[in-house]
Amino acid sequence: MSSETHPALLHREWPPIVWHLAVAVLVGVWYAVYKQLMPLSEWLVSLLPVDRNSHPGDALAFFFYDVPKVLMLLTLIVFAMGVVRSFFSPEKTRAALSGKREGIGNAMAAGLGVLTPFCSCSAVPLFIGFVSAGVPLGVTFSFLIAAPMVNEVALILLIGLVGWQVAVTYLVFGLGIAILAGFVIGKLKLEGWLQDWVQEIHLGAVSQNGLDDEPLTMVDRYRLGIAAVREIFAKVWIWIILGIALGALIHGYVPEDLMVRIMGADAWWSVPAAVVMGIPMYTNAAGIIPIVEALLGKGAALGTVLAFMMSVIALSLPEMIILRQVLTLRLIAVFIGVVGTGILMVGFLFNILF
Amino acid sequence: MKSIKVYGPGCKRCETTAEMVRNAANALGLDVEVEKVTDPREIAMAGVISTPGISVDGKLVHAGGLPDASKLEGWLKS
Repeated sequence: MSSETHPALLHREWPPIVWHLAVAVLVGVWYAVYKQLMPLSEWLVSLLPVDRNSHPGDALAFFFYDVPKVLMLLTLIVFAMGVVRSFFSPEKTRAALSGKREGIGNAMAAGLGVLTPFCSCSAVPLFIGFVSAGVPLGVTFSFLIAAPMVNEVALILLIGLVGWQVAVTYLVFGLGIAILAGFVIGKLKLEGWLQDWVQEIHLGAVSQNGLDDEPLTMVDRYRLGIAAVREIFAKVWIWIILGIALGALIHGYVPEDLMVRIMGADAWWSVPAAVVMGIPMYTNAAGIIPIVEALLGKGAALGTVLAFMMSVIALSLPEMIILRQVLTLRLIAVFIGVVGTGILMVGFLFNILF
Repeated sequence: MKSIKVYGPGCKRCETTAEMVRNAANALGLDVEVEKVTDPREIAMAGVISTPGISVDGKLVHAGGLPDASKLEGWLKS
């Protein structure tokens, strides 16, 4: 980083110690404000001309508490993930996975899928880059399934709106599905079902990416964390507010027994229905989770709700369309089938257990 | 004249990167030809696995995320 040539960036030229202190102080302020959110939201609602115990009062309290809470959690955790991700790159991940055996390779790929900075618009070059460098097909799939499914925005929203227990459950089973589905796809030996041009690409034909990894300082990593927060905020803030508003309405108005009947544990067909409904729906995790929380609060079964969420996030139509460039329709069908089966199993398991 | 290629399937970040390259070249008064490569096959063959990627006169200089403004000037001037 030689930004000293940029006068506009001069104010950022703080010595590292100032950065460390600033980060520490801001985290402290964050914590103090976070602790005060509940009284703050009640106070805000009390200023409005609505009865606190009415439906609108209930919905407004929900809205005024959840929006700042989620935005604050988002800021802190996305920043932290931005710093952590600066230690990883798709190039390093590829090198780590290249030639790995199945099994251990699938587990590593799923874990790295969560930690490697990756944008779904890079899915095709990444897929080819992995396969052409000798990363087994099933291992590549484990990466591609885990990357969107277990993302920090989904986990933050689950922690903030539903509870950390459900977030951990989601993390564990999301990784489990990515590992198993990749393993199964690898065992099926479907390399012949890639698009012809992908099969023709051999290691030698692809230019070696000779970019050097420049050593980053801790300050560079903080900056990457800040950049991540700005980027995620620009992308999801509107969905979070809309999602929480919709969640607040469900919270305040939808009768309880309705959801128990439609999405309760007794309705076995609700799990497959949730998975099928989730495929064409595409929002990032941010838009879906406030709704999920409100549904849970009204008696929808945890397994059904988790299945719906995983299906919306991991089996999205836009991603299929992107992957269509490298996969044949048959392989996409297998992908949907295997991942969908995994999600169904998680849904049923949770409805039986909880 | 330098030939610059920006590799990316057409997402917002790739557009922004191409724009950054043009602006930086203008600011430096350099004569450059900026080509956007959107074909996934070509992107992959160039060795780019995270987009957007940038190459200058056939040499890959950047892959993944928006480029740093000062580094970008460096690549254009070299």
